[in-house]
Amino acid sequence: MNRWRIARLIAGKDLRIERRSKVLTNQVLPFAGVTMVMFAFALDASNLLERVAPGLIWLATLFSLLVLVQRSFSIEGEDGALDALRVAGVDPVAVYWGKSIALGVQLAVLEVMLLIAAVLLYGAEVPLGGVVLLLTTLVTATCGLACVGTLYGGLTAGFTGRETLLPLLVLPVVAPVLIGATRAVESALGTGGVALSEGWPWIGLLAVFAVAFGVGGALAFGPLIEEAT
Amino acid sequence: MTPPSPTRATEAPAEQVDGGARSGTGTFATRMFGIATLVTMGWLVAFGLGFSPADRDQEEAVRIMYVHVPTVWLAYLAFTVTAACSGLYLFTKKHSLGFDRFAGASAEIGVVFMALSLATGMLWGKLTWGVYWQWDARLTTTALLFVSYVGYLAVRGLGGSHDQRAKRSAIIGLLAVLEIPLVHWSVRLWRSLHQEATVLNTNGDVDMDGLMLFSLFVGVVAFTLLYVWLLLHRSRVMAMEDQLDDQGLDRAIDARRAEATS
Repeated sequence: MNRWRIARLIAGKDLRIERRSKVLTNQVLPFAGVTMVMFAFALDASNLLERVAPGLIWLATLFSLLVLVQRSFSIEGEDGALDALRVAGVDPVAVYWGKSIALGVQLAVLEVMLLIAAVLLYGAEVPLGGVVLLLTTLVTATCGLACVGTLYGGLTAGFTGRETLLPLLVLPVVAPVLIGATRAVESALGTGGVALSEGWPWIGLLAVFAVAFGVGGALAFGPLIEEAT
Repeated sequence: MTPPSPTRATEAPAEQVDGGARSGTGTFATRMFGIATLVTMGWLVAFGLGFSPADRDQEEAVRIMYVHVPTVWLAYLAFTVTAACSGLYLFTKKHSLGFDRFAGASAEIGVVFMALSLATGMLWGKLTWGVYWQWDARLTTTALLFVSYVGYLAVRGLGGSHDQRAKRSAIIGLLAVLEIPLVHWSVRLWRSLHQEATVLNTNGDVDMDGLMLFSLFVGVVAFTLLYVWLLLHRSRVMAMEDQLDDQGLDRAIDARRAEATS
């Protein structure tokens, strides 16, 4: 079986577990929704909310990413599933890609929901011209976040205290995604009069980030889970 | 799982002989470094607070620079050493725990110096800019870097065997190398208004008073010596801690065996 096919099988397995357990729809999406409402309480001014909506979308995404990553590796930790995969000789790079894809799909669902929430709750508007930039930002940022999330999730999987350690490790690393994705979405939505063309350079940053951590993660994941017992 | 560490088996007896022969972590070399550190620190105090003149614009506040610049330089040096030692640990066949301890000790020192440089920088900023913090590129990158290495130290504290600790932290140490330029690039795109580098500017002219430059130089030398001294001691303390861990495990096993046979 080649690597790509294994990755697809792993991703399918993770998504099937999510579909049956409904953790994403019953817990993570509501959590993200509550976060958006809480932001509105904290920044009590409707014109300010519209101005900072792109940043809040990505902040809520990052917080939910932490929850999703923990979920993604707690299903592996139960019954020693990750150990079983390793003992069965499954290629760790394929496991990494598979789990990243599954995480990315869930993140994408989450981001679309958050965008809708921003439109409904914060009065953000999506101009037709910005749709392409918006979609490109969503895809590249999601790839980067999924790669980083899976890598650091694998690192902390199976250790006591990982729930508290994961945010400390992940948040500084994903700071470039927060900056880049926020600026790109700002220009896609035209927030505060930012021109559409100013968004595209940020896509470059997001793409470099995704590629760097995609490659780095694939190289590091094997040695990492070998040690996680 | 890797086979139970041939390195540790070969390493432990040598260390036992070594550790048994002396009570502390000091050797001739560390004592020399210690004395040199004290002497240059004395110089730094004399030049930084006494001989060097006050600046035309920054007045007395410029003296903070004689601590601020060396600590920043050292923090970056320490993190570079951490990355290099992490790489050496991962990519050499022997997987020597010595490299891992150097990486860890260097990161600890780097975090302390980075905290110092953030603190001194904030004081200088309050005096010169009128605010403690500016959201400019260099400050923001430094703050993120500081948090990243606090995370690195937390990973070292996760527990598990020495080899697990070494491998895990080496990977994090190397990922930080990937992360630093990305964070720096993104934050620099975000905004920048930090004072341009004065000593290392591109045209090679040093635009500073001679005595000020000399004080800065003394500061860099003094803090670098301090770093080497701390690094040697700290890595040796770590070696002793590891040894104690191993012995503690052996003792516990012996105790259980004694219980089983009695």
